[in-house]
Amino acid sequence: MKLDSKIPAGPLKDKWTDHKNHLKLVAPNNRPKIDIIVVGTGLAGASAAASLGEMGYNVKAFCFQDSPRRAHSIAAQGGINAAKNYQNDGDSVYRLFYDTIKGGDYRAREANVHRLAEVSTNIIDQCVAQGVPFAREYGGMLDNRSFGGTQVQRTFYAAGQTGQQLLLGAYSALSRQIGLGRVKMYSRHEMLELVKIDGKARGIIARDLVTGEIERHSAHAVVIASGGYGNVYFLSTNAMGSNVTAAWKIHKQGALFANPCFVQIHPTCIPVHGTNQAKLTLMSESLRNSGRIWVPKKKEDAEAIRAGKLKPTQIAEEDRDYFLERRYPAFGNLVPRDVASRAAKERCDAGYGIEANDTNEGVYLDFSTEIQNKGKQAAYAKGNHNPTPEEITKLGKAWLEEKYGNLFTMYQKITDENPYETPMKIYPAVHYTMGGVWVDYNLQSTIPGCFVAGEANFSDHGANRLGASALMQGLADGYFVLPYTISNYLADEIRTGKISTDSPEFAEAESRVKDSISKFLNNNGSKSVDYFHKKLGLIMWNKVGMARNEAGLKEAISEIAQLKEDFFKDVYVPGTNEELNPQLEKALRVADLIELGQLMAMDALQRNESCGGHFREEYQDAEGETLRDDDNFKFVGAWEYKGDDITKEELHKEELVYEEIKIAARNYK
Amino acid sequence: MSAAKNINITLKIWRQKNANAKGSMETYKLDNVSTASSFLEMLDQLNEQLINEKKEPVAFDHDCREGICGMCSLYINGRAHGPDSGITTCQLHMRMFKDGDTIYIEPWRSKAFPVVKDLVVDRSAFDRIQQAGGFVSVNTSGNTIDANSIPIPKDDADKAFMAAACIGCGACVATCKNGSAMLFVGAKVSQYALLPQGKVEATQRVLNMVRQMDEEGFGNCTNTGACEIECPKGISLENIARMNREYLKASLK
Amino acid sequence: MAKSALLKSSIVKKYWMALTGLFLCLFLAGHLAGNLQLLVPNNALNFNQYALFMTTNPAVKLLSYLTYISILFHAIDGIMLTIQNKKARPVSYAKTNPAANSSLASRNMAVLGTLILVFIATHMVNFWAKMHFDKNMPLMTKEIEVQGNKQKFYVGTQTGQYYPVEQVALVGEKQNPETMMVKQFVIKNGTELYYSQADVKTADLYKDLYKLTLDFFKDPKLGLVFTIFYVFSMLVLAFHLWHGFQSAFQSLGVNSSKLTPLIKFVGKAFSIVVPLLFAIIPIFLHFKK
Repeated sequence: MKLDSKIPAGPLKDKWTDHKNHLKLVAPNNRPKIDIIVVGTGLAGASAAASLGEMGYNVKAFCFQDSPRRAHSIAAQGGINAAKNYQNDGDSVYRLFYDTIKGGDYRAREANVHRLAEVSTNIIDQCVAQGVPFAREYGGMLDNRSFGGTQVQRTFYAAGQTGQQLLLGAYSALSRQIGLGRVKMYSRHEMLELVKIDGKARGIIARDLVTGEIERHSAHAVVIASGGYGNVYFLSTNAMGSNVTAAWKIHKQGALFANPCFVQIHPTCIPVHGTNQAKLTLMSESLRNSGRIWVPKKKEDAEAIRAGKLKPTQIAEEDRDYFLERRYPAFGNLVPRDVASRAAKERCDAGYGIEANDTNEGVYLDFSTEIQNKGKQAAYAKGNHNPTPEEITKLGKAWLEEKYGNLFTMYQKITDENPYETPMKIYPAVHYTMGGVWVDYNLQSTIPGCFVAGEANFSDHGANRLGASALMQGLADGYFVLPYTISNYLADEIRTGKISTDSPEFAEAESRVKDSISKFLNNNGSKSVDYFHKKLGLIMWNKVGMARNEAGLKEAISEIAQLKEDFFKDVYVPGTNEELNPQLEKALRVADLIELGQLMAMDALQRNESCGGHFREEYQDAEGETLRDDDNFKFVGAWEYKGDDITKEELHKEELVYEEIKIAARNYK
Repeated sequence: MSAAKNINITLKIWRQKNANAKGSMETYKLDNVSTASSFLEMLDQLNEQLINEKKEPVAFDHDCREGICGMCSLYINGRAHGPDSGITTCQLHMRMFKDGDTIYIEPWRSKAFPVVKDLVVDRSAFDRIQQAGGFVSVNTSGNTIDANSIPIPKDDADKAFMAAACIGCGACVATCKNGSAMLFVGAKVSQYALLPQGKVEATQRVLNMVRQMDEEGFGNCTNTGACEIECPKGISLENIARMNREYLKASLK
Repeated sequence: MAKSALLKSSIVKKYWMALTGLFLCLFLAGHLAGNLQLLVPNNALNFNQYALFMTTNPAVKLLSYLTYISILFHAIDGIMLTIQNKKARPVSYAKTNPAANSSLASRNMAVLGTLILVFIATHMVNFWAKMHFDKNMPLMTKEIEVQGNKQKFYVGTQTGQYYPVEQVALVGEKQNPETMMVKQFVIKNGTELYYSQADVKTADLYKDLYKLTLDFFKDPKLGLVFTIFYVFSMLVLAFHLWHGFQSAFQSLGVNSSKLTPLIKFVGKAFSIVVPLLFAIIPIFLHFKK
C-alpha cells in the first residue's frame, strides 16, 4: 500500500486556500439526498455534525453518553490556542505553526499544522459568535494566558473550564440542527462495526445501549470523531467511557493506524492513591504559570516526607530542587508536557519522590513564591507600599483564588489537603494520544468515505501535543476542514441514491457484532472485565509508559498476547444483551484496547529513537534528553491490520517532508 | 491530611430492572472501603463484589469522574450528589462517611427523568429544552466578525460564564421538591441574555425554552433555593430571576 | 401576552402568585393600620367610623373586591401549582434531607397557605359576614350621664346625634301593647334610623364592630380559644410571609446583588412585624379589663 498524504502543491501558506478553491462542491439541492454519519460528539464530532447539518446534509450523530454534551472534550481545563496576537507579543500564524511542529518534536505534517494555525483565528471568532463566554479584561477585550512550549500569550480560556465552554458552544450549534431536524441524534448508542461496500465506507452497526438492539445505519460518508485511547492504561485522565472501539473497528476494516506509541503523559495530575482507584484527575497546565515544581535536594528529606515525619513547608528553600528551573532555565516550569513529565519521573526514579504510595511517585507544585509575588503586587496596586508579611500572604492567596479557585477546591476535595497552605502533590498521568487513525490532508482514512477527526486521528501533534492545542484541533477539523473535504468526496456520490441496509455487507457486519456479543455473554468466565483492564493498564504503564526499552516492549507484546488469550477465555460478563449492560459495553471496549495495546508496544519497539512523548531509554543524550533520529525515523508509522494476530500487522511509512522549517533538536534550555 | 482508613458500610440501593419494571430498595454490605476512595470507586468495589458473586452489578451513570461532564447523578442520603457541597457525586469522597454508616442511594426522581435502570435515568428532556432555543443561530463560516469587535463588559462576561458553568447533571431537578428545571433553563437563558450575541434571539429563546420545559413535565419554582445549594457548580438563583424577567419582557412584546 | 395564555406557562403562574401575593401584603398593611385602633383606649367611635368608611367608600369597595379576587386567585393558582408539582415527582424518595438546603417555610407554602385560607374563612364568618349581612349586628351605643342618670344612646354618624336606646324600636318590634307608648324611632335596613310616626330618615347609626370584636375575644367560654387560634394563625402567616415576600420579587425577576439584600431584609421585617402586631390585638382585647 502506498500512502498518499494528498498534500497540495504550492507554497505552504497558500496550500489550504488553494486547495479549498479547487475542491469539488455539492450543490445545496443535492445535499439533502446525502447521508453522513458522525460517531462521537466531542469538539470534533459535534462541530462537524452541526456544520454538515447546517449545509443541508442528512446527518446522524452517535454518542455513547446520555447526551452529546458529555463527551470528554468537556474536561479540558486550560484553554485554546489561536494566533490572534491580541497581546501584541509577536504572535502570528507562522509562530503558532512553528511552535506546534517543534512541540511535536518534528513528527507532524507541516501542511496540516499550518492549516491548523491558519484556521485557529476563525475558531475564536466562531465561538464568540456562538456565545462562548471566554474570559475578558476590564476593557471588554478577550484575555489570554500562556501555556507550555510557547513564549507568547495566545491561549484563550474560560476559567478552568475552557473545554466545557467550547463543547457547549458546539453542542448548542448541534442542538440547533437537531431541533431543526437536520441532525438526528442517537445518544446512548455505540458504534460497533463499520460497513464497507465495494471498498467504500457505507454505514455502521450500532448498539442501542438501553435496549441492546443492534441497528444498521447507512450513509454516504462516515466520520469517526471518537477521541483518544488513553484508557489503554486503565488509569488515565480520560473519562471512564473513553475508548478506541470506533477507531479500532475501522482499523480492522482497513484504515491504517498511525503512530500508536505517541502518548502524552501530562505532568500535573493528582498522584495515585490506591488500588481501587479508577481514574486520575488532571490539574490544569495553567497552574504551571504560577506554581514551581520541586522535590527535596536530599534523599533523607524525601524519605522523611514519605514517612510523614516532615512536612514540605519545613524544607528550607536551599534544600529544594526546582528541577525544571534548574534544567531548563529559559522555559522553566513551562517546558512542554513530555519534558516536564520525564523530568519528574527522573527525580522519582532517583529516589526523591514525595508521595507515600507504592511507587513513591509524586513531586511538589508549590505556589508559595507566587503568593508572595502577587500579594506584594496587589498591595502596591492598593497603594500600600509597606505591606506586612501577613497582608502580602492574604492578598496573594486571594489572587490565587480568583485565578485558580475552582482547581484548588477540586484538589482539596480529592486529597483533603489545602493547596493554599501546603504545596500540591502531582505526578504525570496518561492524558492524550497523539497517535490515531492515519488520515490524508483531507482527513480521510485509507478507507474511501471514512473520515477521522480530532484526537482520533494522528495528524497534527506529531510526537507531543502542546497545551491548549487539542481543543484547537478538534474544532478546526470539525468546523473548518471536514465540511470542505467531505463535500469534495461526496460530490461524486450525488447519483448514488439512498443506500439500502439490506445488503449482504450489512448483514455480515451485523452478525459479526452479534457473535462477539453472544460470545462474551456466554463465556461464563470467572473474572470481571476490570480485572483484565487493570492488568493491561499495568503492563502498558510499566513497559509502554513514560520510558520504554527494547526488552520491556518485547515483554509487553508477549504479555499482552497472553492477556488477550486469558481475557477471551476467562472474562465473565453478567446480564443479557437486551438491557442496559455496562459490563458488556466495557468488555467490548477492553477487547479492542488489548489489541491496540499490543500494537502500541510494537510501534514503540520499531521506533528506535526518542521523540516527544516516546522516550526510549536506549536513545538519550548525556543529560537525559531525547535523542531523535531524523535520518531513520522522520516518518509516520502507519500500521495495517492483517488479521487476528496483531503482531502480524504491517508497517507503512509516510516520509515527513519539511519544506518550511529547518528541523533541529528541540531546545527549551 | 487525615490518613486514609478502611470502613465498613451498609448500602441501601434502588434496583430496577428497566423502565417498565417495578423497583425496590435493596440492602448490601460492603467492607474495607478506603476513605480515600471516591464514592463511585466505592460503587465500583461493590460491583466487583457482586460480579464475583455472579450477581447483577448496579447500573449507574458516570464518565469523566472529575466533576465536569455531568453524567453522574445519585441521590445520596437524601441529597443530590451527596452530603458534600459544590461537587458532583464522582467528586464525593468516602471520608465524608463513618464506619458503620448506612447510605441510601437513589436515582434522580422526576417525571421528566424516567428511570432507565437501577440508578440510571433519562435526562434527554434537558437536550430537548436546549434544542428548543439554547443556541445562537450562527452558521459555521470563516467569516464571522473578529472576536474582539464587540467589547463585552467583564462583569457581563463573568456572569455569563458563571451561568454557562452548568453541567446539565439534573441535581436541581432532583433536589427541588417540585422537580422544577428552572435553574437549568434559567442558567441557559441567562448565559445568552447577558451576551450581545445572544440578545438578538432573546425573545424567541426564552419563550421556546420555557414552553419545552413545561411540556416535559417539570414542576414549578417555589423559590426554595434548594437547587442553588445543591448545584455542583453553584449556579445562582439570580439566573431564575433573570429568566423570569426575560420571559416577562418577551411576553409583553 | 404574546404566545402564552394567561395561566398556561409555569412562569406566568408564578407572576400571578407574586402579584396577588404582594397585593395581599399591601392589604395586610392597610388592615393592620385599621386594627391597631383597637389598641387605643376608648376608641370605639373612631374604630366604628373607620369600619363604616371601609364598608361604604366606593374606592375602598373596589379595593376590597380586588382583595377578594386576589385571595381567590392566589389560592386557586396555588392549588394548581401544587397539583402540577406533585405530578412532577410521581415516585418519591425513600430518604430525604430537605433541611439541608431549604427553609421550612419555603417548603410548606401550600400547607401554610391552606391554614391561612381556613383562618380567612373563619375570620370572615366571625367579622366580615356579621358586619355585612347579620341583621342582629349590634349598633354602637354610648352611655351618657343625663341629669345624674346614666343613659344609653345610639350614636348617629353626624356629629352630635344621640338617640336614647329606649326610644328606638327595632324592626318589627311590637309597640308595647300595655302602655301603648309609641317609641319615637325605628331602625330600618340595619342602621338607618327613622321617625316611627313619619317615614322620614333622621340619621345613620354606626354598626358596633368594636363591641363585636371585644365580645368575640372576651367571650367567657370561647374567647381564649379564639385568641389562641388567632395568634396561631398569625404565626402561620408569619412563616408564609417569611418566604413569600422575597419570593414574590424573585418570581417577578427582581434579584440583584444590590436589591436582593434589601428585599430580604424588608421581607423578614414585614413578616415579623405585621403578624406580631396583628397578634397583639386579640391578646390585648382578651386580657383587657
